Amino acid sequence: MSEVLQKLQSHLDASLGAKLDKQTIAFNQLTLEVLSENYLEVAQFLRDDEICGFDQLSDLCGVDYLTYGQGEWDTGGSSFTRGVKRDFSFDADDSGDAPEFEGKRFAVVTHLLSVKNNQRIRLKVYCDDNQAPKVASITEIWNSANWYEREAFDLFGILFDGHPDLRRILTDYGFIGHPFRKDFPLIGQLEMRYDEEQKRVVYEPVSIEPRVLVPRIVRGGK
Amino acid sequence: MPEIRNFTLNFGPAHPAAHGVLRLILEMDGEVIQRADPHVGLLHRGTEKLAESKPYNQSIGYMDRLDYVSMMCNEHGYVLALEKMLGIEAPLRAQYIRTMFDEITRILNHLLWIGAHALDVGAMTMFLYAFREREDLMDVYEAVSGARLHATYYRPGGVYRDIPDKMPLHEKSKWYSDADIKRLNKNRGGSVLDFIEDFTQRFPKYVDEYETLLTDNRIWKQRLVDIGIVSPERALQLGLTGAMLRGSGVEWDIRKKQPYAMYDQLEFDIPVGTNGDSYDRYLVRIEEMRQSNRIIKQCVDWLRENPGPVMHEDHKITPPRREEMKGGMESLIHHFKLATEGYCLPEGEAYVAIEHPKGEFGCYIVSDGANKPYRLKVRAPGFAHMSAMDELTKGHMLADVVTIIGTMDIVFGEVDR
Repeated sequence: MSEVLQKLQSHLDASLGAKLDKQTIAFNQLTLEVLSENYLEVAQFLRDDEICGFDQLSDLCGVDYLTYGQGEWDTGGSSFTRGVKRDFSFDADDSGDAPEFEGKRFAVVTHLLSVKNNQRIRLKVYCDDNQAPKVASITEIWNSANWYEREAFDLFGILFDGHPDLRRILTDYGFIGHPFRKDFPLIGQLEMRYDEEQKRVVYEPVSIEPRVLVPRIVRGGK
Repeated sequence: MPEIRNFTLNFGPAHPAAHGVLRLILEMDGEVIQRADPHVGLLHRGTEKLAESKPYNQSIGYMDRLDYVSMMCNEHGYVLALEKMLGIEAPLRAQYIRTMFDEITRILNHLLWIGAHALDVGAMTMFLYAFREREDLMDVYEAVSGARLHATYYRPGGVYRDIPDKMPLHEKSKWYSDADIKRLNKNRGGSVLDFIEDFTQRFPKYVDEYETLLTDNRIWKQRLVDIGIVSPERALQLGLTGAMLRGSGVEWDIRKKQPYAMYDQLEFDIPVGTNGDSYDRYLVRIEEMRQSNRIIKQCVDWLRENPGPVMHEDHKITPPRREEMKGGMESLIHHFKLATEGYCLPEGEAYVAIEHPKGEFGCYIVSDGANKPYRLKVRAPGFAHMSAMDELTKGHMLADVVTIIGTMDIVFGEVDR
């Protein structure tokens, strides 16, 4: 398998060369990293080239690298870990100050499959802007990207330029925020209950305490 | 002349044929569908975000709850991704057990699919027939894992325990008379493997029964033939996998093309359709049940002859045996570390796909070297199938929507995650 991958890698090197940012083979899988300006062109090539022939998009997802490599071991005085400190402020307009992060925070990862040549590849592109992350949409190249891009927009707030119908997909109607971002608390922002006096459903800030039962520890090497 | 306008119809989310919580907004021209806009996410539980907050092993149970009619296959996808990154492989016997249970799960899934699909289209009897056989297979689930549905049986490094020597028997209660008990326990005298083998001998006849009810049934054919046709090119473009892709004539099965577990050692065939309509997909799934039965039989034969360990011996990853833990310091430490911290994956990312009963089920894990996933993405086949809804229903009648939902084998646990 790895020989096949190396062949594919050298073919991509020869034909795309400068357009590729990085190529890595790990766990017997080939990852291509491209800059966002070359994203569409590389995707088109991967689909149309004979040797590549990636005729199906298996998966597309967003990744938020905000807390990559950070552990939770500093827990303060409590003997029972309360590893997460929750920020109770809540931005209704969704424009609030994003946490500071050096480098590119959001990535869009695409998994491609070639039924013709029986091979897979991973295509990764980082969004240039951390405040309003945006990459080109590949819906035109693989139609199945449509809903996956909607999902990545919904969960991470990544904008896809040229997407025909970029609406929320998984969260509730009227949901505010992007829940899979690392600065979005696991317990959420709002809780909902039926109010007997007002005779309707009311939304309130969550009242439960966030807690971590097993802290996050980084021990694994490369 | 009165003006004729399109109107919008709301379908679901609590419609019995919506297979759970699908809400469809249909734009209709008379009874013909112009546009379908599925609203999914009513069952969104944030499985992937929850997994980020838990050690790897604690998320196996969440995988059962994704596609809650093919539980062990979901586990298999997740566990294989973990094993790939840990660089370990399950012992041979565990791999055979996994293969066998993957196929038992495939039959379980297809039985529910055919029952629900036929019920939607108007054939009540199928539902009752399918659930009769599901009962036996869920008893097998219960015998090995203790749970009829959410098994959490697969673990990184193997399976939780070996197949038990005794098949549990029904006991007398106020609901069952002696005669009932005798009938229910008829096939359960021996081991679990005996019971499974007995099932594999009975099952082909059951599939024949289904076929006599449906395959040449006039109403069944009127409702299915030429409904929801997908060309092979479009099927690939739309991300369709599994029976949805094979129904269109594309010979693609991960079990054959990128084999995992023991599939490269076993004999089975991949059925493909020709027209890519709902009827072809029905035929493909029926044949898949027969092939699964074949695989189960081969696995039973192998498992009978070859006893051995079912769990990897590296106790940095798999828990030590209870007796060892009580008696040995080393094992105690291993157990303590596993229970309080779990194990860490090396830094990196991997995507592992398996042939799930519904299509390609993939797990993409990004690890930063911690004891919890940094990001876990589940590629659920149903999500891609659902997104093709608009294209498949366009130009069909309202009643065909139900057929198309049925033929896609939608389960919302995995679509919404």
